[in-house]
Amino acid sequence: MDAKKYLIKQISIFSENRPGRLAAIAHALGEEKVNILAFSIAEANGFGVVRALVDHPQKAHDKLQSLGFNIAFTDVIAVKMKDQPGGLYDIAKILGDSSINIEYSYAYSGKDGAILILRVDQVEDAIQKIQKSGATLIERSVFH
Amino acid sequence: MFWDKQTETLKPTELKEIQLKRLKKTVNQATKVGFYKNLLSGAGIKPASIKTLDDIRKIPFTKKQDLRNGYPFGFFAVPMKQIVRIHTTSGTTGKPTVVGYTRNDLDAWSGLIARNMTMVGITENDVFQNMVNYGMFTGGLGFHYGAEKIGMTVIPSATGNTKRQIEMIQDFSVTTIHCTPSYAMHLSEVAEEMGAGLDTLKTGIFGAEAWSESTRNTLEQRLGVTAYDSYGLSELFGPGVAFECPERDGLHIWHDSYLVEIIDPLTGEPVADGERGELVVTPLVKEAMPLLRYRTGDVTLLMEDGCLCRRGKKIARITGRSDDMLVIRGINVFPSQIEHVLLGIPEVGNQFMVYIDRINHLDEMTVDVEINREHFSGELSDLARLQKKVIKELRDALELRTSVKLVEPGSLPRFEGKAKRVIDRREGL
Repeated sequence: MDAKKYLIKQISIFSENRPGRLAAIAHALGEEKVNILAFSIAEANGFGVVRALVDHPQKAHDKLQSLGFNIAFTDVIAVKMKDQPGGLYDIAKILGDSSINIEYSYAYSGKDGAILILRVDQVEDAIQKIQKSGATLIERSVFH
Repeated sequence: MFWDKQTETLKPTELKEIQLKRLKKTVNQATKVGFYKNLLSGAGIKPASIKTLDDIRKIPFTKKQDLRNGYPFGFFAVPMKQIVRIHTTSGTTGKPTVVGYTRNDLDAWSGLIARNMTMVGITENDVFQNMVNYGMFTGGLGFHYGAEKIGMTVIPSATGNTKRQIEMIQDFSVTTIHCTPSYAMHLSEVAEEMGAGLDTLKTGIFGAEAWSESTRNTLEQRLGVTAYDSYGLSELFGPGVAFECPERDGLHIWHDSYLVEIIDPLTGEPVADGERGELVVTPLVKEAMPLLRYRTGDVTLLMEDGCLCRRGKKIARITGRSDDMLVIRGINVFPSQIEHVLLGIPEVGNQFMVYIDRINHLDEMTVDVEINREHFSGELSDLARLQKKVIKELRDALELRTSVKLVEPGSLPRFEGKAKRVIDRREGL
């Protein structure tokens, strides 16, 4: 199995915890016609990391870097969920039963259904277990 | 190699004997200066009151401002006909300070320079290009006569016309250069642009400015030299006061010619060996312009360990000015210590800002530091770990708990000239 095709490039942006930083990031992506599919902000002591799943990760990376942002790619995986009550439970149970530990996670639901984005430590192992359980992983080719 | 092996490797007891003898002579010489006559009588001290080296602590300090008040010749202890040269220090604030030399002074000074250069293996076979100001600045003529004393071939190229400087290095097969570290950096860049090889160079002597270990690495790579730090100030003759030996771990200060104290700049009390404070020097061999307990304003420490080269106790490289000292919860902190810690952590940048507040009657220090672009993994947990690491290393170095804020690369102010990195927001101090 080629696990690589399920590794999705999330962009992670270092940001100080002060007003206007998210607006600056979002404005830059908008200008570049990059669509944000999902994002979350993780906050620590005085600073944070903005994590986003976008349709053109490389374009987003280059634009933000040229503006001076500190940005890195992080590999995440995305699992399809049923967009109905109990949908998250189905997936979460698979992960729990397979002893897959989640570092962090966020989700979005759109017209094509709901997606759970996961950052896990043993990623290849997790991909195998999720596939074995019958759940569907989103391929990286969905993003450019 | 030694220039004056006996003096440079004196046993502690012999050294103390010489220091005491010379101190008494210096105090005596100082009474010929009006300022010191008043200072000593005001403190109830006669030259005969100095019976041990520790007795020096009865004498009040001399400050830079005292010398300014004596402009131009108020601190000369000999008649003008015995003064054979005058230098001045740049007067960035108010009038310059005038320093004068007798013939013996010039001889003693060039002897110290000869010790320094010989210490790092420079001999009469070397060709020396002295790329500093030859005017009122002490660095030009100071090194010139010291190098001549050794018998080196001296090229008094002075400053300016960098291309010509590079041509001379090539044409005259120069082995040794002396200049400021910033000029050396410029020289290396111009040489690179010209595609000029500087293969004959072996030794670089850099001084008159503070410079870091990373600058040392860069200069050594670009110029192909071994780089040595040189320390001095005009009030103490000029360059030559202290110099690195081949170990390049601290500078040997010439204890037979300079009596060294390290003090807490606020209380004036001595600090322990190994503790940082202000360098206070009583020159022991100056005739024209004796000084007693001169406050250099430079921050260093007296290193506890002996040196492999068998010379006397070293001082650490100068890490800032005592005027910059902060007192946080009763602990003395020099911004240079913070800089030093940050330089040792590659995941953060070298720029920083320090904010001091008083919160619930307690001083709180916050250090803002940029994360290094190359070291950002994208993981929050790595950043949190880095933040903890910086806090821990600052606590180890300063013995003080600080807050650390990680900020975006390029977001802190860059300073040209004198940096203002400390913002003290405590009120009513």
